[in-house]
Amino acid sequence: MSLSLPLKDSAGESTLFRSRVLVAGLGIALLTLALCVRLVYLQFVSHEHYQNLSHNNRVNILPLAPTRGLIFDRNGVVLAQNAPAYSLEVVPEAVADMDSLLKELREIVAVSELDERRFRKALRRKKAFQGVPLRFLLNEWEVASFAVNRHRFPGVDIQARLSRDYPLGTLAAHLVGYVGRINEADVAKLDAVAYRGTRHIGKVGIERSYEGLLHGDPGYQQVESNAAGRTLQVLERTPPRPGNDLYLHLDAPLQALAEQALAGLRGAVVAIDPNSGGILALVSAPSYDPNLFVNGIEASRYRALRDSPARPLFNRALDGQYPPGSTLKPFVALAALESRLEQAGKKIFCPGWYQLSEEGRKYRDWKKRGHGHVSMTDALAQSCDVYFYDIARALGIQRMHDFLVRFGFGEKTGIDLRGEAAGLMPSPRWKRKARGKPWYPGETLIAGIGQGFVLTTPVQLALATAALANLGERVVPRVVARTHHLGGDEETIIPAVRHSPIVMQRKKNWQRVINGMVQVVHGRRGTARSSGFGARYRFAGKTGTAQVFGLRQEEEYKEKEVAKHLRDHGLFIAFAPAKKPRIAIAVVVENGGSGSHSAAPIARRLLDQYLGQGVGQKKVAGVEMGAG
Amino acid sequence: MSLEGNEGLLIHGGPTRLQGPVQQRNLAERLHIDPPLLLGLLLLSAIGLMVLHSASGQNSQLLIRQGIRLLIAFGVMLVVAQISPRQWCRWTPWLYGLSVVLLLAVLAGGVMGKGAQRWLDLGPIRFQPSELLKLTVPMMLAAYLAERRLPPPTSRVFIAGGFIVIPAALIAMQPDLGTALLVAASGVFVLFLAGMNWRLITVLACCAAVLAPVSWFLLHDYQRQRIISFLNPEQDPLGAGYHIIQSKIAIGSGGLYGKGWLNGTQSHLEFLPERSTDFIFAVLSEEFGLFGAFVMFAIYLLITARGLQLALESQEPYGRLLGGALVLTFFVYVVVNIGMVTGVLPVVGVPLPLVSYGGTSMVSLMAAFGILMSAHTHRRLLSEGRRR
Repeated sequence: MSLSLPLKDSAGESTLFRSRVLVAGLGIALLTLALCVRLVYLQFVSHEHYQNLSHNNRVNILPLAPTRGLIFDRNGVVLAQNAPAYSLEVVPEAVADMDSLLKELREIVAVSELDERRFRKALRRKKAFQGVPLRFLLNEWEVASFAVNRHRFPGVDIQARLSRDYPLGTLAAHLVGYVGRINEADVAKLDAVAYRGTRHIGKVGIERSYEGLLHGDPGYQQVESNAAGRTLQVLERTPPRPGNDLYLHLDAPLQALAEQALAGLRGAVVAIDPNSGGILALVSAPSYDPNLFVNGIEASRYRALRDSPARPLFNRALDGQYPPGSTLKPFVALAALESRLEQAGKKIFCPGWYQLSEEGRKYRDWKKRGHGHVSMTDALAQSCDVYFYDIARALGIQRMHDFLVRFGFGEKTGIDLRGEAAGLMPSPRWKRKARGKPWYPGETLIAGIGQGFVLTTPVQLALATAALANLGERVVPRVVARTHHLGGDEETIIPAVRHSPIVMQRKKNWQRVINGMVQVVHGRRGTARSSGFGARYRFAGKTGTAQVFGLRQEEEYKEKEVAKHLRDHGLFIAFAPAKKPRIAIAVVVENGGSGSHSAAPIARRLLDQYLGQGVGQKKVAGVEMGAG
Repeated sequence: MSLEGNEGLLIHGGPTRLQGPVQQRNLAERLHIDPPLLLGLLLLSAIGLMVLHSASGQNSQLLIRQGIRLLIAFGVMLVVAQISPRQWCRWTPWLYGLSVVLLLAVLAGGVMGKGAQRWLDLGPIRFQPSELLKLTVPMMLAAYLAERRLPPPTSRVFIAGGFIVIPAALIAMQPDLGTALLVAASGVFVLFLAGMNWRLITVLACCAAVLAPVSWFLLHDYQRQRIISFLNPEQDPLGAGYHIIQSKIAIGSGGLYGKGWLNGTQSHLEFLPERSTDFIFAVLSEEFGLFGAFVMFAIYLLITARGLQLALESQEPYGRLLGGALVLTFFVYVVVNIGMVTGVLPVVGVPLPLVSYGGTSMVSLMAAFGILMSAHTHRRLLSEGRRR
């Protein structure tokens, strides 16, 4: 190529070039203008907007989860606490050779295949400077031996986090409940702000019902962080406010004794302080270990608990509904007295059966040969069914219903725990509505001895007993006695809640029924006389035996011949001392047979212990009494 | 070649310049350097180093490496300027052929880098042959078109178009769409400056507009993603749109006067990606504000203006066309980079000339300025020689 050719029209070409450069210059000017407009828009017009965005980029607000409140019994025995749980964490960016590190670590701390697999999976997700947990729940020996060898493992460290811990394990598990990891269903209900940073929430029991008090208020820290999320410095810190500590009415040794007494059985015990309504013991047997649920329970273990025929997860004390059987009789007797029935004042002959009409069905007494002539006191002491058939007939179902409802039968007690069942106190109206059938007179007789449709929960029974013991003063059952805040500096006593009292026309009526109940345990022919024997205090009680399945007219109930799960439930209600009562109690032993044999002895042991007459009470309870 | 019959053009360069005798020629003239242009480039490099110091998190090693690259690049410019445009014109077909062969070599067995085959590993040196094409394509076009009288007839325009399309297609296959488009642009600028007629320009522009939607289906996924995230960055704020959003935040938060040197939070807290390379303009804007951005842009404009002036003053069509096209390409780099960083153009991976950290592009860029100076100063020497 030669440069001689352009000679042909250099001037023309030059002019052409010049014009093209001019056009290009115009383009340059336009582009320049466009970019300048853009820069002015970004840096002048929208400056404030982007400045805010930049600030938000830089400053992160990190939540600080509050420490959950502790739960104590009335004497300061710890029921739920926050224990440090140690985990081994590895910061990947500080580790040169992960394989050899794991190999060396294994010499000190056990790392299972599962742990390693989980760790390697997490390793890919997390950022290089974030600790990735390798092992959870190190024991003290492992913590100590790693601490000694820590210098050998840069980038590996032990992290202590607070984890909910129930030091007494199965004790009062149904009452205290447990916390678990927040799941999606929880998230929908939660206050998202208060729970930022919180991992656990109360799922059952007090942990759930008192979640609001236990949780506390979160704190915040403003941190400057880079794009990768690494915290560079803390700019401002608002510390969290820890949750309230709860002190329960619960008497841990009493609870322990009750659980011990129910060991191997299915059933429930509820003990109430009749003056305050405080729950002294609330047992549902069998129990379970709430610690299993805190950090996620293994599926197989959960299935085993859920599918067990003994239903350990079911809270029988609150949610179990049982026919009260003869434990209802004192209340029916009171109804008869209050209604001034003529039967209440005289003796009735019990031949061992009862008929509504000459040719009608025979309603049996539990004692085949009958009790003979019985007064009300005798009828209560010996639990004569015929006497109460007659009273029930005379009262009629509506009057009986209206009276018993005043003791709380058939409605929730209002205890400060969720998940309470209401029980059932039937009435003709209820039957028409629920079953679409009219009320039959025979059903009134059955209801009079606490069978048939009548259902009560152990809490209801205990509460009604407390009302009886209080001569009509009705309290609402309470689990939590007082709350402590700010490390115990602020104490709030939760006051007892009372319903309007049950007023009898004649105060003497109370005493007559209580006398009958005293005769149950202290009388010569009382059904629970063996449980009253040798007591250094007088107490009142009533046995109950609730049929699980009905017998046909000709059949006879023989305990040995009936399959275990169809055997009668044994019940017992009591309060002590009979004068100035300090404790009211209800015991249910599922399929335990008669109440006098299964339930009453348990109640006696508890009364003995609570009233300070037990032998070696502290040891038997297996609970250390030291506070904290 | 003889310049005897070209009196008019010589005067056009400005009579005052032609007065000095040869022995009084200053150093710049002897070195074939244009002092104003050199000054602009040095100023730009200095500002670039300053911004890089901040963008790199005061990484002195990085700064030293960039300094060495700048020295090499200015050295290359100096060497290139010594060679007369005539010589360059003679070498052009060979250089063009060589660069296309290297491009093929890359496709055959290049090194993968960031998902694309762009690098050629020649022992100690790793370089991108596509950078070479940024020079050789306009050189080839200028040489080809300058051979005959201008403006070129349509047939020659199409042949010239072939010189553009072949390497551009090869680069696009790497795939590096951004560079392919810029290489093509540098060739098109030659055609434009050579006087390609307006009707043809209009027809081709219309064809391109029609073909653009079709080409969508030929794009790689990541390329489509870039365009999508450019059109709607907020759609994927932590993914592909992240670059653009963070960059806009950096620039916008800078305001009128900026947050001050070394005080850019966006860049120092690592929110801004690629902050020492493609997105360095955002660092500048964050720390020096609108004021700083304008100053920087003004320097680019001055360099461009001076470059175009040099091209206008160049004697031979080859040097004139080539120089003009290279200056326009340079300006397009600036616009594309700033447009990308401010979010008005898609992210195409074009460095900010002389400021972004990186080697190959800087060397080819300074070589281009070398050619421009050569085209300008050699003309003057010839004319002065004639006058003497």
